[in-house]
Amino acid sequence: MDWKRFSFIGLIIVVLFGVVVMVGQVKQPPLLIITSMLATTIAVATPLTLGALSGVFCERAGVVNIGIEGMMLTAAFFGWLGGIYMFHLFGLPAGVSIAFGVFFAILTGGLMALLHAVLSITFKVDQIIGGTVINILAVGLTGFLNRQLFFGKGSVFGGTVPGSPGVLPTIHVPITELFNSVCGASANCLQNVQAINRVFDQKPIAISAILLVFISHYVLFNTRWGLRTRAVGEHPKAADTVGINVVKMRYANVIIGGMFAGLAGAYFTIESVPSFEPLLTNGRGFISLAAMIFGNWTPIGAWAAALVFGASQALLINMQIFRDVIPPQWSFLQESYIVGLTPYILTMFILTGIIGKTTPPAADGVPYEK
Amino acid sequence: MQSEKQSISLTKRILQSISEAILIPFLAILTAVIIGGIIIWFVGGDPILAYKGLIQGSMGSKKAWSETAIWATPYIFAGLAVALAFKGGLFNIGAEGQLAVGAVFSALIGYALPGWLGFDLPAIIHLPLTILFGMLMGGVWAGIVGALKAYTGGHEVINTIMMNYIALNTTSYLLNGIMKDKSPTNVIARTPLIAESARIPAIFDGLRVHWGFILALLVAFLIWWLLNKTTLGFEIRTVGLNPDAAQYAGINVKRTIIVTMLLSGMLAGLAGSIEVTGLNYRHELGFSIGYGYDAIAIALLGRSHPLGVVLAAFLFAAMRNGATRMQFLTQLPVDLISMIQALILLFVAADAIIRYIYRIKSKGERVVLTRGWGG
Amino acid sequence: MSENTTTPQEEIVLEARGITKQFPGVLASDNVNFDLRKGEIHALLGENGAGKSTLMNLIYGLHLPDKGEIIVNGKVATIHSPNDSIALGIGMVHQHFMLIPVFTVAENVMLGDETVKNGSLDRNAVTARINEISKQYGLDVDPNALVGPLPVGIQQRVEIVKTLYRHAKIVILDEPTAVLTPQEAEDLFRIMRDLTARGVSIIFITHKLKEVLAVADRITVMRAGRVINTVKPSETDSAQLANMMVGRQVILTVDKKDHQAAEEILKVEGLTVRDQRDLETVHNVSFSVRGGEVLGIAGVQGNGQTELSEALTGLRSPTGGKVTIDGNDLTGKPPRKITEAGLAHIPEDRQRHGLVLSYSIIDNMALCDYYHPPFSQRGVIQPKALDENARKLIDAYDVRTPSPFVSAGKLSGGNQQKVIVARELSRPVKLVIANQPTRGLDVGSIEYIHSEIIKMRDRGVAVLLISAELDEIMALSDRIAVMYRGQIVAVVDVKDTTREQLGLWMAGAHAETA
Repeated sequence: MDWKRFSFIGLIIVVLFGVVVMVGQVKQPPLLIITSMLATTIAVATPLTLGALSGVFCERAGVVNIGIEGMMLTAAFFGWLGGIYMFHLFGLPAGVSIAFGVFFAILTGGLMALLHAVLSITFKVDQIIGGTVINILAVGLTGFLNRQLFFGKGSVFGGTVPGSPGVLPTIHVPITELFNSVCGASANCLQNVQAINRVFDQKPIAISAILLVFISHYVLFNTRWGLRTRAVGEHPKAADTVGINVVKMRYANVIIGGMFAGLAGAYFTIESVPSFEPLLTNGRGFISLAAMIFGNWTPIGAWAAALVFGASQALLINMQIFRDVIPPQWSFLQESYIVGLTPYILTMFILTGIIGKTTPPAADGVPYEK
Repeated sequence: MQSEKQSISLTKRILQSISEAILIPFLAILTAVIIGGIIIWFVGGDPILAYKGLIQGSMGSKKAWSETAIWATPYIFAGLAVALAFKGGLFNIGAEGQLAVGAVFSALIGYALPGWLGFDLPAIIHLPLTILFGMLMGGVWAGIVGALKAYTGGHEVINTIMMNYIALNTTSYLLNGIMKDKSPTNVIARTPLIAESARIPAIFDGLRVHWGFILALLVAFLIWWLLNKTTLGFEIRTVGLNPDAAQYAGINVKRTIIVTMLLSGMLAGLAGSIEVTGLNYRHELGFSIGYGYDAIAIALLGRSHPLGVVLAAFLFAAMRNGATRMQFLTQLPVDLISMIQALILLFVAADAIIRYIYRIKSKGERVVLTRGWGG
Repeated sequence: MSENTTTPQEEIVLEARGITKQFPGVLASDNVNFDLRKGEIHALLGENGAGKSTLMNLIYGLHLPDKGEIIVNGKVATIHSPNDSIALGIGMVHQHFMLIPVFTVAENVMLGDETVKNGSLDRNAVTARINEISKQYGLDVDPNALVGPLPVGIQQRVEIVKTLYRHAKIVILDEPTAVLTPQEAEDLFRIMRDLTARGVSIIFITHKLKEVLAVADRITVMRAGRVINTVKPSETDSAQLANMMVGRQVILTVDKKDHQAAEEILKVEGLTVRDQRDLETVHNVSFSVRGGEVLGIAGVQGNGQTELSEALTGLRSPTGGKVTIDGNDLTGKPPRKITEAGLAHIPEDRQRHGLVLSYSIIDNMALCDYYHPPFSQRGVIQPKALDENARKLIDAYDVRTPSPFVSAGKLSGGNQQKVIVARELSRPVKLVIANQPTRGLDVGSIEYIHSEIIKMRDRGVAVLLISAELDEIMALSDRIAVMYRGQIVAVVDVKDTTREQLGLWMAGAHAETA
């Protein structure tokens, strides 16, 4: 990724953070605001990061996947459902149920991706239509089952939605403890260290997402698997002539992508809030695609773009927190609908390519014919 | 002698191509209905009763037909919008947002224009203005995406989806704010009722079906004529099939892309404004959710042909309308309809699956819509 | 018939027996028998569509034969994929390179046979091995260079290194000289002889008669999926080979009257053009074409010809310079304006630019003219006028089709080109720009198109012919300009030059204008 792109990302993040600091500093010290917003950014960027990684693997192998939204939605639903079933019907302890939930979510993502793979690779359906079908199917399926399983005739839950076993816990990184001795008695120092510590206290899926960014980068550019995947997405015929199984590589990468999307789905109902709402993904799957494009189909670039979108969402959250201290001339910031436009307008702006031309894999979206 | 032989083979050829065109969608619907029946049986329902309820509710009485026609009206407009875009090689997933924008701004002209002018308007002026304004706003909503695609290469799939969310936010903002119905008993996000002079009259006494339905059928014919009989239609189709050859042929590809999206958006905007002026006489938040995505299924099922779109729109309308009766009879949730519609879409889109199941040979070229993101 | 006596050093390393392969609608291989001796250069000769590439793709494992067997080093081989053929020591260099432009040379070479250390790619080991092969065989390549920007001749070397990296003893070269200058082709022949001296056996597919006589030890001629004969170069000549290739007497030269040039029709001054990667590929090019003459632009593909013709026909805006047609300044104008000024354009890529494959022949015949009377009146299309026009042209230009309603995609390559030629040349035109007009066509179609071009020229039309086939240029042109790295390096009368001299200019040696 070139410096032009990185500096644009940096600029936007500075602007977004700056606005929040300027508004909120009457209520809280700037360091507290910045660290809290940073912590929120990293957390809410999680599904976007995972969604973008999903896109990277699929598209590097040559399969366009706009069904990430649908995969996230179904995974969110089935992951949540799985946790509830394990907890209420099988009596497993909450922690184990939650873990099962994550597992089910990943599995669901993989299965939906398998459907996309079959449609796109074997039946050579137009990949954008296939992805749209997945999205529509996801809405229909989750809406139907959400109603039927809890409120339908013969439902095991008899008409009520049972409580979920809970959410994944925040993992505490002992920075405060380490700095205890350094700070001594200074309350100010301790307060600052605690604030910084908050940035690092994240939940498991958020942490996994960041780790997966770097693992994906390594795999894609330094291993045999990554080389073959990229070959299959750039020039599948060339890969075929050296004996690589194009179909198998594409299937495998799409399913891996689906599992990433599944983990993203788990974020919504198992890490963020322990409940399911129809359409709760709210376009995050599509924003992930924009992050992938802006990151030029690289894991680290996509992550940086996802952080920008995460920051714009954190902006919205913080504007609601600081509602009452927004100066009158900026009263439009109080309107969540207006501030909520930020990620979408950002996406469109990024896609104009003003910030830099992007090059997709050469064979992206083209079904392979022998 | 030669021309006689030619005209016989021409009729035969037309019949052949019609039957070919209908076969796959027909089998797709059949398969989806069968699988839907299996799902119904699986969750403990009675498939025969369910489908009986569906048919009764959608076509069992004059009122049923009227309600089906009402459902079909926005479906036809929105389906045409997506179909026209497909013909132009563009994927308009933004019908949802264009529709909402069309509805909201139609409602605005409908309830506010007399107030701004200070006097009442005769229906013959007010109604067309109302509809036109909604149509134009829908066109602009899509035209922005068209311009972005033409001049920056920004892919219309993501941009139209973004415009959907922007439309959602914008209408929520307006309907909760300055456009909100300020009558003391109202707490919902909706506009006031539009003036009498901005309403489309019903066709028959006692039934809700209105002249907007007839308009929808006329517009379908108009779009068919545009696409197949005019030079503009030729340009749109050529750009859709092969933009390189279109450029070589002297067609201004950028301009055609923008015009296609404008027309598409106008059709979707019409869907919204006709709903407002013909049925609800106001716009309420959440009223039109899902029409845009159904429109994609309708366009695909109708193979992007205006007549096909009308038929597919009727099918979907019948399913939605009959769903309430089905629920009444069987206690199955109406969401089941969404499932079956999603399955129909799946089989139509992946017609290769249907061919595989029923062992039908594939003839002719596959239409490829995706050219990746690079354009 | 060739002798079947084999001496010890002439053992047969590869044999195809009774190979048959049917594709939908075409019998690509019809009971083919073929053998390759150790250390020989065996040429497989035939025109486009004769089945040469298909046979090699079957041997290499990209497709499975319906019938027949392949015997390698005396044992029957089961080849289900390239992995099997590679394991047997067979390597193939395809006509269209199987290289990934965004990868480095090393990555391309190791793809499919990667050396891995501790889980990650061992690029150093691969680089070392490539350097070894480079030295050993005299194939100089830089392992760390990105393949995309490399010149075509070097890319070909990378492809050959790829086969040697996998210890290939049988190397198949599919139309290797299509993208080379005559000098580079000589270089390639030297490399081939080097390889055979080291015990590598080579199969060399081509449609060029002269090459085959120059470098092959044996020649097998194929036609319509069948082997016609296998001969030694010493036993035959061009005319006989051409006869075997086509099945009838072939006129190898074009009958051409002496030309009477009129005034300047096309004038190009100082033209500069950038390609899609924003690199300048046409530098300050100037030339002119008169009515009644054919100016041939010779040059290996990739020296700016594509961008030059795009700029002249309105498909790309030049960044500098001037283009005048019959006195009208048409620099940077859109395609329609240039067409209306009297241009006929036969595009390089007929399926991409020249036709809409799913449209009928009728619609394709009116592709550039649909917007004005009689084909449309005030925005409404007149189907009868389109129909009449198409039928007239199908007759006049002998387009073989059961009906005008057939979609263009169903026509053969030759007939597709005829549709384009019919459409373009039936307008009243002043200038014809023909870019690679006979690429991939059968001999019959090639003859037809050549005669149409000469007809135009005799009628006083200015013709700009861009072609990578030097023989075509020399046969049709009155004057020849050579393009090398985006510049015109020479302009000569066809009578004042030789093939060798043109080849030197095409390779960049001395730049002088006649």
